[in-house]
Amino acid sequence: MGRSRISPEAPTADGHGSPGSHRATRAKARAGRETRAGYAFLAPWLVGFFGLTIGPMLYSLYLSFTKYNIFSPPRWIGFDNYVRLFTQDPVFIKSVKSTLQYVLVGTPIKLAAALGIALLLNYFSRGSGFFRSAFYAPSLIGASVSVAIVWRAMFGTDGPVDNALSVFGLDLGGWVGNVDLAIPMMVILSVWEFGAPMVIFLAGLKEIPAELYEAAEVDGAGAVRKFVSVTVPMLSSVIFFNLLLETIRAFQVFGSAFIISNGTGSPGGRLNFITLYMYKRGFADMQMGYAAAIAWVVVVFAALVAVILFRSSRSWVHYAGDNR
Amino acid sequence: MSDTQTPDTQTLEAQAPDAQTPAAPAVGRRWRRLGGPRHNPAATIAWFVILLGLTVVMLYPLIWLGFSTFKPSSEFGRNTSLLPWDPSFDNFRKIIRGIAGVPLWRYFANSALVASLAVVGTLLSASLAAYAFARIRFRGLGVFFAAMIGTLLLPFHVVIIPQYLIFNQLGLIDTYVPLVLGKFLATDAFFVFLMVQFVRNIPRDLDEAARIDGAGHPRIFWSVILPLLRPALITSAIFSFIWAWNDFLAPLIYLTSPSNYTLPVALRLFNDATSTSDYGATVAASFVALVPVLLFFLFFQRFLIQGMATQGMKG
Repeated sequence: MGRSRISPEAPTADGHGSPGSHRATRAKARAGRETRAGYAFLAPWLVGFFGLTIGPMLYSLYLSFTKYNIFSPPRWIGFDNYVRLFTQDPVFIKSVKSTLQYVLVGTPIKLAAALGIALLLNYFSRGSGFFRSAFYAPSLIGASVSVAIVWRAMFGTDGPVDNALSVFGLDLGGWVGNVDLAIPMMVILSVWEFGAPMVIFLAGLKEIPAELYEAAEVDGAGAVRKFVSVTVPMLSSVIFFNLLLETIRAFQVFGSAFIISNGTGSPGGRLNFITLYMYKRGFADMQMGYAAAIAWVVVVFAALVAVILFRSSRSWVHYAGDNR
Repeated sequence: MSDTQTPDTQTLEAQAPDAQTPAAPAVGRRWRRLGGPRHNPAATIAWFVILLGLTVVMLYPLIWLGFSTFKPSSEFGRNTSLLPWDPSFDNFRKIIRGIAGVPLWRYFANSALVASLAVVGTLLSASLAAYAFARIRFRGLGVFFAAMIGTLLLPFHVVIIPQYLIFNQLGLIDTYVPLVLGKFLATDAFFVFLMVQFVRNIPRDLDEAARIDGAGHPRIFWSVILPLLRPALITSAIFSFIWAWNDFLAPLIYLTSPSNYTLPVALRLFNDATSTSDYGATVAASFVALVPVLLFFLFFQRFLIQGMATQGMKG
């Protein structure tokens, strides 16, 4: 698998500048045919893109400037929703804080676990297949309602986690109802799903040329030095990719927080993640305009994170072929 | 399922951080393949023990769930051991009788229908789009490709409310249309991207040969690309099935009558209504909901893991 950057093949200008208008017209006709075929094949995607993504996005942007409860038509109120969110809605502020805590603490831990265990699995290739599968499985089901129900039981009062910790003299009680432990519990759930980024790391590790390690050894590098000077730089594009995708994903956590808190976001609003808050405002209180404004705040947050990551990536991400 | 990657020297050398300079390459290669002298036995054992311990921790929630399905409701909160005191099939009997007056098989069938439609829609629409992006040169290609990549990163929040309002306006609430329409329109960029990557690796000579024989794009797509795309199609089918099966938010918003519920929403109902009185049944239903996903995983894990790995290799 090549490591080319994302870019579609550039449209060719075959025929342009060629002598003889006859050939030029034929090329033009061919380009026309190609374009028609292209749009025919792309038709379902185009309908989806405009009808279910771009159109609704613009609609929700409009709604975010209105007061709308479905039953009477939307009423334009300018920036009121946004002003209210940031100045008069402590629940929203708290929701943002909880979400950021979850995202900014959970994602690095999850990726560190994924990378660490990928390195461990990469140490031997024989026998690692079983472990790779066992570690990957949770990432397929982690977001399901079933697992959320299990999590609530595992971390509840007198649940297996509580009991296990009591053996070591740690009487924390149930995590589910504890204001300080609710977010850590969600972080553990997120870390439990480290399998997906781990598999991506493993594929990246396999692409690092062995010569680099050999050269480093010749220069007398130890294990740590090889990790820092060979593995990390060679893996940086994969680290970047995982960081970007997992961060955006973490912002979208919904089902597990909903189930574990019974749709309330308790204890103390710690599980009232921004998605859950938006859901409650939109679908329980029917404040569609307000909920749309919350959604746009999330988009701006996610975009900011993406921009920061892309900016910073210039200094630490190396692509194969770059002379750096 | 077995380990799929074939160990070659290159990977093995890259994998041996403690390796010294190879003395006799051929022998060294073989030894290393066997986990030979380059790894001392103590390190090998430590490696194995650490990973085994981690496996137990990772799988414990599932093991706990499996055993708990046989615990009568009265034991929850009292029996703290993994094993039930008085194992019984009562929980299963209860869920077969039903949640909210609807038997469990009905939710199961609803989920299976939605997930199957999601698979069909995804395979059709994503493969068409991928062919266009990877093989046809047309005006606007660059812009749309960038837009498709952009939607990979778009938080879904922003379309939930407007989509709900649109489907509400169209009178499609409490139908499966809102749940599956997007799948037929390739709105999940993950699958389009996965297939684009795959099509790009199919040699263009094959297209050219078909074109010389007079085949147009539809023919090339159908007879050349699609058969070779099989592994990516299988990966996409399994992922789209599992994601649709697990999806919670969309059915929660769009489905209003219990007889139309998919499993996750039904579970939520069960969880709310009976969590204090009938914990055992909730646990058993949760377990049943996971079984198809786990079966898919057991049989198709090679495709799932490769699909995931490919995703990261776009650089």
